[in-house]
Amino acid sequence: MDQRRDPRGALVRPYAVTRGRTEPLQDIALEAVLSSTPTQVAESRFAGHDKYRIATVCEGRAQSLAEIAAYTRMPLGVTRVLVADLVAEGLLTLHTAAPAEGFEERMNLLGRVLSGLREL
Amino acid sequence: MDFANYDPAGAHRSREIISAKIVVGGGFGVGKTTLVGAISEITPLTTEALMTAAGVGIDDPSKVPGKETTTVAMDFGRITMAQDLILYLFGTPGQTRFWFMWDEIIRGAVGAAVLVDTRRITDAFAPLDYFENRNLPYVVALNRFDGAPQYELEEVREALAISPDVPLVSCDARHRESVKQVLVTVVEHAMARLQAEHGRGYPTPVG
Repeated sequence: MDQRRDPRGALVRPYAVTRGRTEPLQDIALEAVLSSTPTQVAESRFAGHDKYRIATVCEGRAQSLAEIAAYTRMPLGVTRVLVADLVAEGLLTLHTAAPAEGFEERMNLLGRVLSGLREL
Repeated sequence: MDFANYDPAGAHRSREIISAKIVVGGGFGVGKTTLVGAISEITPLTTEALMTAAGVGIDDPSKVPGKETTTVAMDFGRITMAQDLILYLFGTPGQTRFWFMWDEIIRGAVGAAVLVDTRRITDAFAPLDYFENRNLPYVVALNRFDGAPQYELEEVREALAISPDVPLVSCDARHRESVKQVLVTVVEHAMARLQAEHGRGYPTPVG
């Protein structure tokens, strides 16, 4: 993490914001997207500064776990713990990463990605 | 805090968004971030994962007094294809000692493109070994650097011992159309393999 860009710098050890927890409540894929409504953002104010920042990033435009980590400049593991907390608290909505099961679902997804690429 | 008014499984789920990812692998400095940047709608972003001393591998922590963690950076881009469909492109960290991160990056991916620089062809051995041993469809893409030796594709296939069923294409990672073609090849290959495995009654691969 670039500490020059983080006003808290080295004063806060990375997992301090999760109170030392390194295991998320649920595993969340790097590319899984999350979104928040204005109501959820407003409520997240009471969940702490870092969670509020995350909810704010996801308002109006769904963002993946990886994007959230990049925009908040928090390490991936820390971000995953906080995002899983927010989902459990109902302050962030988790959408599905690519369905891995079922031939039809998988083919349908690949077909959509293929036509999406061709239309670029 | 009182969450009585929340309905996390209900109202907010009405507009489900699906995301998929394609992995861009290859050695250090082979043009992975350039490729991602050529087609991504956002300037490639960097996510950093912290690695504790236990996961450092060949790093010698004694040479860095007081440093208990190091960071692994991965670059990625985004293509919003529809309101409910987003494709992400993830570059793998270049240094081979960060391979434990590759496992997380490829999990659930549609497929991968392994970039090869013909000026440093031996750098491709390790990444190719990695993908050969994973159940993820991948294609090999030769990044045509200016002034690089222009080998025939089949010469490269032989030199790198690339299996005949792995597509091999040539590209310019700086150019959007060229990158688009590489990604199309990845998805087509993934579909063909899925179809073939389905026909043989194998379970669906999940990376």
